[in-house]
Amino acid sequence: MSNKAKHWEKTRGLLFVTLAIWFVFSIGIFFFGTEMEASSFRPFGYPLSYYMTCQGSLLAFVILNFWFAGRQEKIDEEFGFTEREDG
Amino acid sequence: MIKGKFIDNLPKVYGIYTGGFIGFIILMAIAEQMGMSAKAIGISFVVFTIAIYAIIGWLSRTLQMDAYYVAGRQVPTVFNGMATAADWMSGASFVAMAGGIYFKGYGYMALLVGWTGGYILVSTLLAPYLRKFGCYTVPDFVGTRYGGNAARLSAVLVLTVASFTYVTAQINATGTIASVALDIPFKIAVYVGLASILLCSMLGGMRAVTWTQVAQYIVLIIAYLLPVFWISSKMGAGFFPHLMLGDEVARIAELESQFGFVKNSAADLATVPKGLAGITKAHSSVNGTNWGFISLAICMMAGTASLPHVMMRYFTTPSVKSARRSVAWSLLFIFILYSTAPMLATLSKLSLIDPTLSTGIIGKSIAEVQAIDWYQNWNQANLMFVSDFNGNGTLELNEFFMGGKAVVLATPEIAGLPYVISGLVAAGGMAAAMSTADGLVLAIANALSHDLYYKIIDPKAEAAKRLIVARVLLVLIGFAGATIAAMGIQGILGSVIWAFDFAMSGLFFPLVLGVWWKRANGPGAVAGMLLGLAAGTWYLIWVRTGGAGFLGITQLTFGIVGASVSLVSMVVVSLLTKAPDAATQNMIDELRIPSGKTILGKQH
Repeated sequence: MSNKAKHWEKTRGLLFVTLAIWFVFSIGIFFFGTEMEASSFRPFGYPLSYYMTCQGSLLAFVILNFWFAGRQEKIDEEFGFTEREDG
Repeated sequence: MIKGKFIDNLPKVYGIYTGGFIGFIILMAIAEQMGMSAKAIGISFVVFTIAIYAIIGWLSRTLQMDAYYVAGRQVPTVFNGMATAADWMSGASFVAMAGGIYFKGYGYMALLVGWTGGYILVSTLLAPYLRKFGCYTVPDFVGTRYGGNAARLSAVLVLTVASFTYVTAQINATGTIASVALDIPFKIAVYVGLASILLCSMLGGMRAVTWTQVAQYIVLIIAYLLPVFWISSKMGAGFFPHLMLGDEVARIAELESQFGFVKNSAADLATVPKGLAGITKAHSSVNGTNWGFISLAICMMAGTASLPHVMMRYFTTPSVKSARRSVAWSLLFIFILYSTAPMLATLSKLSLIDPTLSTGIIGKSIAEVQAIDWYQNWNQANLMFVSDFNGNGTLELNEFFMGGKAVVLATPEIAGLPYVISGLVAAGGMAAAMSTADGLVLAIANALSHDLYYKIIDPKAEAAKRLIVARVLLVLIGFAGATIAAMGIQGILGSVIWAFDFAMSGLFFPLVLGVWWKRANGPGAVAGMLLGLAAGTWYLIWVRTGGAGFLGITQLTFGIVGASVSLVSMVVVSLLTKAPDAATQNMIDELRIPSGKTILGKQH
């Protein structure tokens, strides 16, 4: 397999992992709105469902985005596709 | 000469700017103590900030093609993040969102999830690859990847429909704020707003818009956070509201069950001025179906990834790597405001409905409420209304009505903050609406001038002529948007949500599959864009004209219908027609690695 194909395979792998985490926080947990609300786990005293919509999921996305950028840079580096820093 | 120096000195330049702005706020606060009138303070804030944006716009004027279209591709990561955040957070986010949450509670906060989660799609699926492509506009990518004018033209069509729906709402928002702050009629204020928008973008295109958007982000984030932290401390709710309002949220739930949600009769509601609403839904409890929440979030996420004015911000970074990082920074800057909006809604609601607080009005006599100064002001502005439906002389929860904008604009005054804060909030709202309108008008004008005029109508046009055409189109589109906004036919938030659905219907799959599916070809993409847009539009019209709809998809989530049709038709048509040629396949391989030359040249 060529270098490019291997690079793309790894990139795709990272995409699937990232989108899986994204799916959990953006869609998955909101199938359980009432269950989350009834949960005794209340971050900062907010009902869990309320906390996730107004802060929890949002924060997860921020962290996920930085993590993704870092991982993808590593993959690019591994296969020698990093850009020359000229900008 | 100035440019190189300017880029190196960005932190210093914007540091001084921020300090200067804070100094201005303090100056106004002192002036207020010395007896400056509320009206004069409002005018000073709006005029002072717009003057600064106009100066930045003038300093950034350019005759260079790549400076005009993509800011010379040298905007540093963090600053592009700020500019994108301002580009992204519109009048809807700033002025209308907290109001939406105030009225509709939990179900409405799907917008928060959708408008942030979409950035995961932007950074994983699209932005870095489109940056590598080196295009000036989104249709530029579609036209080159799929080949042929039909694909390019379809992309221009979808872009124009979505962005134009969006921009009228933004010009409407600038008009609303300008008319309140400057005390001029709305129909004139709309054109004042337009003039300020054009001042920022006309001479310098993307370069000017970039540097004004950074300035606008700083104004809008200070204007949004300062009052919320202040009100929270003043109410004794905690100095850091995001982590400390658990008790307040619980107290609202307690009051809700105490008051109950009494349904007003249609005859009673007919007496309420248009555009005002009462609290009819639980604040923090799950108050709708799971699917209602999720479908709205899905539409906003896919729409985020398809809206051209956001995507084109990532064309301005120096590298693919910085485009990816820049998406993460954008989201962080957006998170700061979005996580604050529900806190503002909570504080605003509690201060109005809790009878044990001095600001609470529920349970007071109607006559007493009607005598309050701020009630009279906002009632006059047509943003507040009380009526004694049950005739008991006391104000009940279902007898108090407010405009969505009032939550952001009026809360500082209700909470008893000095007027200087209200002036600051007006400047912030103006910055938010202007920055988004700038990005949108530029996205439409660039697509028409680059893709329609240069690539299709007159490919031999010289640089100077292309830039003149681009500017003429910018003015024309601005005027068209302002004229429609002046008619005031649609609300701010509703039309913004529609714009996301339109963009998602026509562009989401053609863009994503262009990078991730090599077999996707021109006829497939054209079918995907046109049938997707047509299906979404048909569903919207059908539901608006009394159609029953299906699968719980409403007029706010019609993008699900459009995007599904788009996906199916694109895959089917692609598979039925010839695979893309070897040159295109190679181009996609190149697109997928960050290193090497961009696919399109620096000047094209």
